[in-house]
Amino acid sequence: MTKRHVTAGSLSGTTRRRTLLGAAASALTIGQAASRRAQAAKLEKDTLKLGFIKLTDMVPLAIAQEKGFFEDEGLFVSLEPQANWKVLLDRTIDGALDGAHMLAGQPLGATIGFGTKADVITAFSMDLNGNATTVSNEVWDIMKAVVPRQPDGKPVRPIKAEYLKPVIEAFRAKGRAFKMGMVFPVSTHNYELRYWLASGGIHPGYYSSTDITGNIMADALLSVTPPPQMPATLEAGTINGYCVGEPWNQQAVFKGIGVPVITDYEIWKNNPEKVFGVTRAWAEKHPNTHLAVVKALIRAGMWLDADNDKNRPEAARIISKAEYVGADYNVIANSMTGTFEYEKGDKRPVPDFNVFFRYFATYPYYSDAIWYLSQMRRWGQITEGKPDSWYHDVARKVYRPDIYLAAARQLVTEGKAKEADFPWKTDGYRAPTSDNIDGVAYDGRTPNAYIDSLKIGLKGMQRVDGAKVVSN
Amino acid sequence: MSAMAEQAMATPSASAAIRRERLHARISKIAGYLDLVGIGWVSPILRMAAGDDIRVQSRHLWRLLGVPLLAILLFLGAWHQVAPTVRTSLGAVPGPVEVWDQAVGLYLDHKAERRKADDFHARQEKRNAERLAANPAAEIRWRPYTGKPTYFDQILTSLKTVFLGFLLATLIAVPLGILCGLSSSVNAALNPLIQIFKPVSPLAWLPIVTMVVSAVYVSDDPMFEKSFLNSAITVTLCSLWPTLINTAVGVASIDRDLVNVGRVLQLKWTTKVFRLVLPSSLPLIFTGLRLSLGVGWMVLIAAEMLAQNPGLGKFVWDEFQNGSSASLAKIMVAVLTIGIIGFMLDRLMLAIQAAFTHSAQR
Repeated sequence: MTKRHVTAGSLSGTTRRRTLLGAAASALTIGQAASRRAQAAKLEKDTLKLGFIKLTDMVPLAIAQEKGFFEDEGLFVSLEPQANWKVLLDRTIDGALDGAHMLAGQPLGATIGFGTKADVITAFSMDLNGNATTVSNEVWDIMKAVVPRQPDGKPVRPIKAEYLKPVIEAFRAKGRAFKMGMVFPVSTHNYELRYWLASGGIHPGYYSSTDITGNIMADALLSVTPPPQMPATLEAGTINGYCVGEPWNQQAVFKGIGVPVITDYEIWKNNPEKVFGVTRAWAEKHPNTHLAVVKALIRAGMWLDADNDKNRPEAARIISKAEYVGADYNVIANSMTGTFEYEKGDKRPVPDFNVFFRYFATYPYYSDAIWYLSQMRRWGQITEGKPDSWYHDVARKVYRPDIYLAAARQLVTEGKAKEADFPWKTDGYRAPTSDNIDGVAYDGRTPNAYIDSLKIGLKGMQRVDGAKVVSN
Repeated sequence: MSAMAEQAMATPSASAAIRRERLHARISKIAGYLDLVGIGWVSPILRMAAGDDIRVQSRHLWRLLGVPLLAILLFLGAWHQVAPTVRTSLGAVPGPVEVWDQAVGLYLDHKAERRKADDFHARQEKRNAERLAANPAAEIRWRPYTGKPTYFDQILTSLKTVFLGFLLATLIAVPLGILCGLSSSVNAALNPLIQIFKPVSPLAWLPIVTMVVSAVYVSDDPMFEKSFLNSAITVTLCSLWPTLINTAVGVASIDRDLVNVGRVLQLKWTTKVFRLVLPSSLPLIFTGLRLSLGVGWMVLIAAEMLAQNPGLGKFVWDEFQNGSSASLAKIMVAVLTIGIIGFMLDRLMLAIQAAFTHSAQR
């Protein structure tokens, strides 16, 4: 019959048969059609243009499109690749795009006015993990000498950032600066890279109210490069390493121009990565449309993680099309299917390199938002110290689990998802964790205590004045 | 043999000669048009068919068809030899074979996307029929397919954009140019502005145009996409100048006798412009237009690449961003497409120019 019928089947049919719906498949189809009709009748807007950046973690959007989940909700969507994160954010704010695949820091940064100021919200967290840090062959050659080895000769992982110190010294001796690329000032990559560098005692530099390059007092100079241009920029020698999402780390391995040294999963286990963002005004004007989009994306997430990731190869095949990510299938499949190749030949299983649904990955946790805010404060993007209540308020303003749960409730009612798939009872804070590279415990309920417990970074009421840190 | 018989013999041959003469005249006329369209090599073949000297004509044919073909073959051969030796991080530079494969691939891709669109419309029909069956009063909405634009869609978008930009530029430049040409004081007033703005790369205008368009062009149901307008206006800003300058020069250099005749006859101002000025300055105006369209096409691709507006330029940039093993070959397809379209646009302008300025040339 239709494509929809097939997808309904692939939604782990066995579990659905176990539910108490007990309806024959045909009845279910009629029920779905009826609910879809009711849905479609109420949409404020049904032709949408959503933006994305060519990274594997845009895959929920591609799946919702290709598997007909958007269409099931009565949405007609065009997905449009954007040149870089700034263009994507600006176009979402000025209404050229209805919504977009965003860095988790973007709605937060826009709301607190770092960069373009605008009210952007998110009701859907797209994925966990998915990034890595790659260094050029030249840097790796110096690191190789000091990185400890396993008995089989392969490096012990995770590789700590302190092994970069000899590199930075070697560069200094030659009068060269050690430069690394990341994708955007409020990107996960920026904070992860800084976290990793700082955990190894390398200062990644502060931002201040007057200097937004983020290189004050830095041992390693970080700058912005759009993801797809990372390999080319590394090859040109403009940067000596970068932190970026897939496929651009595996691409470096395939092209033989660099070596990924660490994945973000090793820096900070299961850290939130991308979100689906819309402006607050758009969400208020189109509440039902917003719900419909979130529903389709939740279903895409479920499909991606269904039955032990059995759909991942197909997903990789889909996003290797030119209109989505467009990189070669084997490059994309490398990380999408639960492995990661560090050096050529050093391929290791990283089953959670990309997480799209399990561990409640799609629920917009306040504690995720607060971790980002804490890093913005740590590096001086938030120039003044703020009380704990401020962090909780901003998180509540930007992250909207209420919308997420309304969408989830509809899916459960329609029999497209299970009650157990969603954290109905959570207060929005994940349990405290110290599962990261330097073992510092993070509890989203007490952001200031957390900020003060980190080794390098601004604390309490400190601010950056000129080229030094002052307390007042 | 009597004179009568002689005449009877001569008439058929004479009339044949006349017929041949007429045929040749016709062929010569057609040859002019063929030259315009860029397939001049057809005329020697026609002449041979009409019974001209085969040797002379085949020499013509060799010059018009053989030499260019040979050059193209040599170029392809050299390309095929050299390309694989240049290794980039995206693999070796593609040779003609890979590029052809990708061109075919793009075509198949286009077909596949069209099929998807048809499926979508079929599903929509079905849904709407269901909805009507359930509730005859239901509000039915038809939605256009929202899939990706195919390569051919991108080509069309680029062509539409360049023509809109070019049209706007012409509408502004020709009247202004006529004013400049007719009145030396207007010319003196506008000249410094023209001189300053002419050398500015239109890409420098792009951010300003983008900002202005997004601020000014606000409507809930816009007729044009903002991005489409941005590209078109950028094209306008750069293809303005050649037309403007050439028109001004053309109008200023009209035969003084004509102008004086106009004075004596006390022609109305409009009559003067349309009867005297325009016809005699048309060749130069068209030269300007041709230059404008060429520049506009060139700039459009760059503007699309920079601003990520839909079109061939975006296709090139997206493929560069994709960084797959097929990317370089696809970009090469786009480069050749851009070149061929540029050539065709130029020929089109030439043909229009020939049609319009026929009287002037005669």
